[in-house]
Amino acid sequence: MGFVSYSFVLSVGILLVVYYRISGKWQWPILLTASIAFVTAESGNTLAYLGGAALCAWSGGRWLRRNQTRFDRTTARRKNKVVLLLCLGTMLSVLCVCKVRFSFRNILLPLGISYYTFQAVGYLLDIHRGRETGTSNPLKLFLFLSYFPQLVQGPISRYSQLAPQLFAAHSYDPKQVSMGLQRLLWGYFKKLVIADRIAPAVSALRGNADAGIWLLSLLYGVQIYADFTGGMDIAIGLSQAFGIRLPENFLHPFGSKNVAEYWRRWHVTLGQWMRDYVFYPVSVSAPLRALNQQARKKLGPLGKRIPVYLASAVTWLCTGIWHGITPNFLVWGMMNWGVITISQELTPLYQRFHRRFSWTKQPWYGAWEAARTFCLMNLIRAVDLFPNVGTYFRRLGTIPDLSTAVWKALGLSGTDVGILLAGIGLMTCVSIVQTKAGSLRELMWDRPILRYSLTFALFLCVLLMGVYGVGYDQGNFIYNQF
Amino acid sequence: MKRIRLFLVFLTCGLILWLLQLLLVPKYMTRTPEGALTGEYYAEAGYQDVIFIGDCEVYENFSPVTLWQEYGISSYIRGSAQQTIWQSYYLLEETFRYETPKVVVFNVLAMQYDTPADTGPGARREAYNRMTLDTMAWSLSKWRAIQASMTQEECNWQAELTYLFPILRYHERWNQLTREDFTYWFHRDQVSYNGYLMQTGIKPYTEEYLEPPPVNENFGPNSWMYLEKMVQLCEEKGSRLVLMKAPSLSPIWWDAWEAQIQSFAQSHDLLYVNLLEAAEEIGIDWSRDTYDAGLHLNVLGAEKTAAWFGEILSRDCGVPDRRNEEALALRWAEKIERYEQQKKEAGL
Repeated sequence: MGFVSYSFVLSVGILLVVYYRISGKWQWPILLTASIAFVTAESGNTLAYLGGAALCAWSGGRWLRRNQTRFDRTTARRKNKVVLLLCLGTMLSVLCVCKVRFSFRNILLPLGISYYTFQAVGYLLDIHRGRETGTSNPLKLFLFLSYFPQLVQGPISRYSQLAPQLFAAHSYDPKQVSMGLQRLLWGYFKKLVIADRIAPAVSALRGNADAGIWLLSLLYGVQIYADFTGGMDIAIGLSQAFGIRLPENFLHPFGSKNVAEYWRRWHVTLGQWMRDYVFYPVSVSAPLRALNQQARKKLGPLGKRIPVYLASAVTWLCTGIWHGITPNFLVWGMMNWGVITISQELTPLYQRFHRRFSWTKQPWYGAWEAARTFCLMNLIRAVDLFPNVGTYFRRLGTIPDLSTAVWKALGLSGTDVGILLAGIGLMTCVSIVQTKAGSLRELMWDRPILRYSLTFALFLCVLLMGVYGVGYDQGNFIYNQF
Repeated sequence: MKRIRLFLVFLTCGLILWLLQLLLVPKYMTRTPEGALTGEYYAEAGYQDVIFIGDCEVYENFSPVTLWQEYGISSYIRGSAQQTIWQSYYLLEETFRYETPKVVVFNVLAMQYDTPADTGPGARREAYNRMTLDTMAWSLSKWRAIQASMTQEECNWQAELTYLFPILRYHERWNQLTREDFTYWFHRDQVSYNGYLMQTGIKPYTEEYLEPPPVNENFGPNSWMYLEKMVQLCEEKGSRLVLMKAPSLSPIWWDAWEAQIQSFAQSHDLLYVNLLEAAEEIGIDWSRDTYDAGLHLNVLGAEKTAAWFGEILSRDCGVPDRRNEEALALRWAEKIERYEQQKKEAGL
């Protein structure tokens, strides 16, 4: 029972009615039951993995807290390092083994393992750092990890942010429910009308060596954006309908003017997780502190930056591994790191350039920077489309054949192209309005006729133009595989 | 006030969706009119003494107009393309909700398909299922017919839902809409004469059909089960079940099949009539009475078959002559006029 199924839509409808009909104290057990049902419907296998991770994180958390309260700070930290090593080692090993099995033997990953493992790791590290006290109820932790709207593809939440909302009583708020469901519908629009309609063209181009990589990377960029943000809209919208706000994962990344900014706006919660639990700890680790001192002495200002770049390299390596233990994702991570590092080094030059030429302040120059970043990121992202890195670089060097035959081979009819252009146009317009004026749903709230009309029009678009039904292999979300 | 507003919003949305569904479903008026047959029954329900059930061997090989004209028998053919025995059973079950005919005539060719998987590859099977079931009225019988018509892999409530709400199946048809879809948005023309789909072409039968013998000469357990259910249902309702093999030369009706049906009819005390064997007696001229070289009959053949079979219905089954019932005669008069007109236009 994925997000794209009649059973899911129907179950959510029933769940919402039950959720707001029962007493507040029973709401979280209802969510827990729904999450277990959701996971079980996907595979019992996943339930076992999730149960194991929850048990590990819960017992680890209790152990960490006990040491913190029983021993003095130094002893507690020493003992807790062992506990952490044990718990994180176990959970991350399971994650790595599953990813290796997936990468090399194509054995399916337990649903959402990368997301709930990171949430569990974050939970333990926060307790270790004294930012979090944890929970004494293992079922509550299980719900935090398995909360079904976010289980499939995130966002990666922090216990301190999500738990108070998950376990609080929520009374029916028509505005929240209505706005949540509107966002859910918008997510279905992106997924079914845009991402799944463009998917066959991406597959066709992938297998066509003559077509080069430029068009492929562009289409794949649009597909993955519509697919991933569509999934996020479904998750966040659905959760909002339950009165629970999940963190935003996308902040209009295609408007970014450089790669660093792009990564602050794309898959935000993963970036923040990596920053807090990998980049910062690595930056302040003893070896890097020592390196920092040495490098400063010998290389001056450049030496100050080297440890940062090294910590950044480790972070990008981990981000690559999180996506998959394959050379492609390692290269992908390193390419991102390389581009960000070079941009960082060239920053003074850019600044001088911008000061020298006043036209760089014009809106069109901003648009050019956004377009440049968009293309660059699409090209880097395309590395995961190929069976190996060599093929990617060969395709990168191929002069694209954009003859009629290639366009025909895309398998898109005139209707498909029309729907895609209109859909992408709508998605862009909404994004621009949101950036300039804030939430569209908020703007419409006081205009019921407009709100009802637009919502129903959107529903009709999904119903009539969505790619689903007979002959449609229920398209899983691309980020389900991580 | 707020509740009324919300109710009106939902009502409006529902209405728009219903209108869209009406527009998007295939109309089966000018192309593949077989798809319209199931739905045409409801306007004629309640007046029939004989119900024929089966596939194309029934709806193209018997003319109810002839049965009325020559014997005063009011009959209806509940048949559709490649109608399987389980679909026939549930259509019969549904028919009994509307009326209790004196005689039910079942064409036994459908016994050859034991399970949905036997009826062809997925897309083809679905197309035939849709033609039979899409216009069937909502009922438990329809729900069961849908479930019985899908293979185990295909059968899930989400697929079934698309039969109950066809917009979910035809949602992408908006870019294939033709003038026909708009013309027949809110109404349908009658394509049949009490379920009979008239064929006026002539294509003589010239060569004997060579078909490989069936892999399994015995009918399967599922087919037998539905035939048994059909017998029971007719017994319960007090209708007489007659088994019949229509006069079509292909698909070949194998001797082994004939023996099994004869034995079943004997053991259940049922009347079984093989019209294929009686073709000569009926007077079927295979050079003139078929429109597709012996697979099905044209109107000339269908009239001969009906005229011959009507004798059995009237004499052996006691189906009454109702030509003196004014209201019924009026209903038939309109059909006969249209029927004769179509024949005349075809030069027959």
